[in-house]
Amino acid sequence: MTQTAILPTNKDEAWRYADAGYLKGADVNELTVWRESIVPEGQTICESSHLTDSGVTRLRVHVEAGGRYEHFALNSAASYARLEIEVTLNEGAHFEFGAVTIGGGDTTQEFVTRTIHAQPHGTSNQVVRAVQWGKSSGNFLGRIEVVRDAQKTDAGMNFRALLLERGASANTKPELEIFADDVLCAHGAAIGQMDEAAAYYMAARGIPPEVARKLMVQAFIGDAFASMQGNDERDAIMEKALIQLEGTDL
Amino acid sequence: MLKIDNLSAEIANEDGAGKQILKGLSLEVKAGEVHAIMGPNGAGKSTLSYVLGGRPGYEVTGGSVTFNGGELLDLESHERAAAGLFLGFQYPVEIPGVSNVQFLREALNSQRKARGEEPLSGGDFLKLAREKAALLKLDMEMLKRHVNVGFSGGEKKRAEMVQMGILGPKFAVLDETDSGLDIDALRIVGEGINSIMRAENKGVLLITHYQRLLDYVKPDRVSVLAGGRIVATGGPELALRLEAEGYDAVMAEAAA
Repeated sequence: MTQTAILPTNKDEAWRYADAGYLKGADVNELTVWRESIVPEGQTICESSHLTDSGVTRLRVHVEAGGRYEHFALNSAASYARLEIEVTLNEGAHFEFGAVTIGGGDTTQEFVTRTIHAQPHGTSNQVVRAVQWGKSSGNFLGRIEVVRDAQKTDAGMNFRALLLERGASANTKPELEIFADDVLCAHGAAIGQMDEAAAYYMAARGIPPEVARKLMVQAFIGDAFASMQGNDERDAIMEKALIQLEGTDL
Repeated sequence: MLKIDNLSAEIANEDGAGKQILKGLSLEVKAGEVHAIMGPNGAGKSTLSYVLGGRPGYEVTGGSVTFNGGELLDLESHERAAAGLFLGFQYPVEIPGVSNVQFLREALNSQRKARGEEPLSGGDFLKLAREKAALLKLDMEMLKRHVNVGFSGGEKKRAEMVQMGILGPKFAVLDETDSGLDIDALRIVGEGINSIMRAENKGVLLITHYQRLLDYVKPDRVSVLAGGRIVATGGPELALRLEAEGYDAVMAEAAA
C-alpha cells in the first residue's frame, strides 16, 4: 500500500474541515500516534495544552470509576493544528473539556473529541469557542457515544464562534450515538459576529475599538475556561489567547 | 460650551437611501446650564442624541457642532467621550461576560490615557465607584454583575447615572433618562443629575417627554424640537406651558 492511500483526505468525515494542503504532505506516523493515559479510580487529572505549531496531537484517555479528566486547550497555531481527544468514561466518571481556537491569516484550527460513555452515571461537559478573522477557520467535531448500559449519562456539548471579519469561518459537527434510554445529552452551536450595539456602547463610554474588541473576545471565550480550578492558570491561558489579537489590522 | 449650528442628519434605510431627520437644527448650551429639549414623538430628539454621540447608521449631511471650541463631529465616538461628552442611553445595552466594574474601569482609564492622565488604581477606582453607587442608591453588588444584564428598566437608568458619576464628564446628553422610572427612582436620578452635573463648568442637554423630571432637575432653558428643528426656546415656564397646553398649541403660536 502506498503512503498516499493511507493518508486521510477531506472526503473522510473526520477530516472534512482539515487543511487539505497539510494532509497531502503529512507524516502518516504522526497521524496514527496516540498518547495513551489512564485516570485511576476516584482521581482527578487536569491538563492544559497550547497548540502553537502545525500538526496533529492525539490523546486517548481512559477514566476509571469515579475519576475525572479535565483538559483545557488553546489553539492559536498559525497553520493547521488539530487536537484530538478520545475519552472513555467508566462508572460515574467525568470528562471536562474547555477549548478555544483563535487566529487569523489562513490557518485552520480544530478540536476533535470522541467521548465514550461506557458505563452508567458518567458525565461530560464540553465548551468550545472559536474566534476567527482573516480567512482562518475554527472547527469543532464532537462525538458522544453512549453505550446500551450507560444509563443516567449526562453529556453536554456547546460550541460558539465569533467571526471578526468577513471571510473567516467556523465549522462544527456534533454527533450523538445513544444506545441507552435514560440519558441526558445536550448540544448547542451558534456562529455570530461582534455585537455592534455593545461595541458602540463601549465607544460611547470612551473605550477605543481595539480595547472594546479585547473585552468582548475575553467575555466570549471566558465560558470555555470558566470551570478551570486555579485563577492563575485561568488568567494565564486567557492572556495567551487575548494576546493573539494584538498587532492584527482588524 | 456646546453649539449646534444648522445641523442636518439622516438615518440610513435598509435600501441604502437616507431619510432626513434633523433639518437645520441650531441650539446653544452655555457652561453652567441645563437645557431641556422637549418635543412630540418622531421629532428627532433621539436622533439628535445619536448624532452627538456618533452612533453608526446616522449621517450628518450639514452643519456643525462645536464642543469646548473644537469640532465634535470630527471625533470618533470614544474620542468624544474622552473629550468630556457623556451620552445617557434611552435603552442601555447589555454586555454579557463583562462586569460593570471592569467595563467602567477600562472606560475611565481609556479616557484618562487619551487625556494624558495617569490611570486610576484598582483600589482608588473601587472607592470612586462605591461613592457614586451610593449617591444613586445602587447596591455595589450590582456593579460586580455583568453590564446591565438582568437589570430592571429603573436599575439600568440608575446604573447609567452611576457611570456618569464615575466618568465625570463635562457635558451630558441625557436621552429620556426618566423613562421607565418609578416616582422614587425619578427623584433619586434627578438628584443624581444635579449632584454630578450642576457646576459652573458643566452643561446638560436633557431630552425628555415630560415635565416631571424637570421638577427635580430645574432647567435654565427649554427648547421645543419638532420636525427636525428647534421651533421655540424659552425659560422653565415653557415646559409648564407645554404640559398644560400641549405641543400643538405652543408650536402653533411659535409658527405664527
